[in-house]
Amino acid sequence: MAILSASPNSFSQLAVLSSDWPGGFWLHWVFFTVIILAFVLNTALIFIWLERRALGRLQVRLGPNRVGPFGLLQPIADVLKLLTKEDMIPAKGDKLVFWLAPLVAFVPVLMIFAVIPFQSGALLADLNIGILYVVAISSVAAVGVFMAGWASNNKYSLIGAMRDVAMLISYEIPIVLSIVGVVLITGSLSLTEIVGAQQNIPFILLQPLGFLIFFLGSLAESNRTPFDLVEADSELVAGYHIEYSGMKFATLFLAEYAEVIAMSALMTTLFLGGWQGPLLPPIIWFLTKVFAVFLLIVWIRSTIPRLRIDQVMAFAWKFLLPLALINLLITSLQIVFWPEASPWLIVFLNLVAMAVLVLSWSRFFRLGGERIEV
Amino acid sequence: MTVALSGKEMAGKLEAQFPASIIESSRASLIVKSEFLLRIAWYFKATPGFDFDYLSSITAVDYGNYFELVYHLVSLEHNHSLVLKTRCYERDEPVVPSLVSLWQGADFQEREIYDLMGIRFDGHPNMKRIFLWDGFQGHPLRKDYSDGT
Amino acid sequence: MALKTEHFVLNLGPLHPSTHGVFRLRATLDGEVIVDIEPVLGYLHRGIEKLAEGCTYKQNIPFTDRLDYLASMSNNLPYVMAVEKLAEITVPERAEYLRVIMVELQRIVSHLIAVGTFVQDLGAMGTPLLYMFREREKILDLFEMVCGQRLTYNYMRFGGVSHDIPDEFLPALAKFVDRMPGFIDEYDQLLAENEILLARTKGVGILPKDLAINISASGPVLRASGVKWDIRKADPYSVYDRFEFDIPTGSISDAYDRYRVRIEEMRQCVRILRQAMEQLPKGKVLTEVPLKLRPPAGEVYAHIEAPKGELGFYLVSDNSDKPYRFHIRAPALINLTALRQMLIGWKLADAIIVFGSIDICLGEVDR
Repeated sequence: MAILSASPNSFSQLAVLSSDWPGGFWLHWVFFTVIILAFVLNTALIFIWLERRALGRLQVRLGPNRVGPFGLLQPIADVLKLLTKEDMIPAKGDKLVFWLAPLVAFVPVLMIFAVIPFQSGALLADLNIGILYVVAISSVAAVGVFMAGWASNNKYSLIGAMRDVAMLISYEIPIVLSIVGVVLITGSLSLTEIVGAQQNIPFILLQPLGFLIFFLGSLAESNRTPFDLVEADSELVAGYHIEYSGMKFATLFLAEYAEVIAMSALMTTLFLGGWQGPLLPPIIWFLTKVFAVFLLIVWIRSTIPRLRIDQVMAFAWKFLLPLALINLLITSLQIVFWPEASPWLIVFLNLVAMAVLVLSWSRFFRLGGERIEV
Repeated sequence: MTVALSGKEMAGKLEAQFPASIIESSRASLIVKSEFLLRIAWYFKATPGFDFDYLSSITAVDYGNYFELVYHLVSLEHNHSLVLKTRCYERDEPVVPSLVSLWQGADFQEREIYDLMGIRFDGHPNMKRIFLWDGFQGHPLRKDYSDGT
Repeated sequence: MALKTEHFVLNLGPLHPSTHGVFRLRATLDGEVIVDIEPVLGYLHRGIEKLAEGCTYKQNIPFTDRLDYLASMSNNLPYVMAVEKLAEITVPERAEYLRVIMVELQRIVSHLIAVGTFVQDLGAMGTPLLYMFREREKILDLFEMVCGQRLTYNYMRFGGVSHDIPDEFLPALAKFVDRMPGFIDEYDQLLAENEILLARTKGVGILPKDLAINISASGPVLRASGVKWDIRKADPYSVYDRFEFDIPTGSISDAYDRYRVRIEEMRQCVRILRQAMEQLPKGKVLTEVPLKLRPPAGEVYAHIEAPKGELGFYLVSDNSDKPYRFHIRAPALINLTALRQMLIGWKLADAIIVFGSIDICLGEVDR
């Protein structure tokens, strides 16, 4: 068990905890589990409120403002409503799978947070293979989504689930390739060390193309516009969770938001310098960056239409994948042949490379899609 | 301005081509026998000078002892129009030829007439009710329709 | 080795967010590709044609409001025109101008909703739709000023309109007309060059010119297919022959063209509104017409260019106070005829947007 064997090693380096921290390994485990649960649940509530308010503002309306000051208690009211709703299971659905699906969707997303450093040393387990663990565990959530779609015995949810799996397989590759660039520069898979390597220059400058690919890929992974085909409310009504109600629906919904939080946190960690920043305490910096990334996602959601499934696939395989490979090549060459170069020169070169590549490739690659003879 | 062609003049032109095909003609409309409808419609559609390429509207009227079907033809090219009519004296199983083969726009409108007026269109590819459900009894737009209450 | 697959039937609707009402598309899918599709209608059938045969001519005006409830003014007009033609009632000039103003405002409203919901169907979470609702509100305020209603106006009467406009109407209209082109530019900036919108709509749902004429398509759907046919120009009614405006047409006949034609038509509406405001004469707005109108026996067909296409009323009178036959030529129903041909071979997501680009209103389709 990588987690178990890795945790005691990192325990000694914990900086946020005082030196006379009484607990041993298990107390640390319990403490951070509670912290992570509280963080994910609360941030999800705040994100839901923030998204609805921000969307309201962007759409020349007010958004929820009745429950509590500025409508802050709206998500709590929603959760209470969901808790008291009747929990329905489709008569012809697969009951066990239907029941398990929200858990299978939610737990892996929660497990991602085990390795995300909230500030120096403040994490459940400083795995030396942290990012690999994230990539591996985040794919499991798709199994939950597929289970939900399949067990509902509903055609819309089945189509939604199929789309989710297809998208996950396609977008995993560019995401991993864009992470490899970061790992090459840092020389480590540990997220703490990746943040530490961004002391002077955040990787968004050193790896601009990598960030772009990771950002688009994680939009697709977390089913946000313009890749929200899994839910696609104008086509599939609600996609895979169409038959869910009550607490099961709340769990699926939570899993979705937890995934957005996880992706924002990962982007913060991998590309935006994590908790590091001047003046303010590290945890504030971390949260600010997470919220900034999330607001960017909300902005995109309010502005752009949705792509079609074949276009989403084409975008992954014909646009993101080649660019990710080229990015990887450029980064490797820079590291192998030019290790002593000034980082600012590399920043400049990579920004130019990104501009040239994106512009020329989008000229060469056009989204479209022809009629299929049937 | 769309010029409404006179039914009387049209009747004169048709007489030679389709003898004994016209029931009645007036300034406003031209009433032809239903067995000639398809051929006359084809004639109006294909003859240069008429070019009625656009079937604006189809409707049916229940006059008690006969049904009258009203076709509003328009030529987008010459910007003239003609009201073509036909009659169906049968009441239990009224049938008239379908114009879907000439103008596909007749598709839904003929189905609507079948549904509400009960006139069957011969040659229609999908002759079934469009608004009311399949088990519905009767055809509501007929004057003698009663829903049993 | 090919996997053995089966087609499956998916019912889109009657309760579905993108069917714009209660409409059902029975789609047979091969994966995501549509193999066959059949529109199933009638969920909103209220039998208006039958109801109208039992009501007096005047009582039927409110029924017309409830056909295309997003463009009630435009539905009033052809009906009162038909009765006026039948009973030979003359309309005061001021009333004709007011009718044109209302109908053109209504066209903007209808097109705003058409474009807004179309973009909503594309997946743009409500933002364009709500931007368009913002302008729609202003027009509804104007309508409320003249007739006190915001959705079903019941404004037109045989021989004119029910009320003259209040004093504050014209300044408010002038303000609106001045600002509207700016808003249309705003929509264009937001949408017209959006890469995803182009990728989703260009070349999708092509309705060739010949087919468009053959299926009796009308309105923006026909014009997007490249046919320069607008009843306001081809067969001018009311006072449309006194205004200058262009007929925007499309070239590729795809969903994007239909979207463009609607945007351009809104600009033309603003042009017509400007001219109508300038030319608006003084005088009375209603000719006296007997309450129990008994038009002479006969039949009449009156049609206008409604926002969704050619809206026609075919009336047969038997000299009683009720119409003997009351038929509505509903543009939305007839525009749907070619849906099957436009959709086979495309993806499920395309079905939604092609359907959205036709712009139907179920109140009119099912009647």
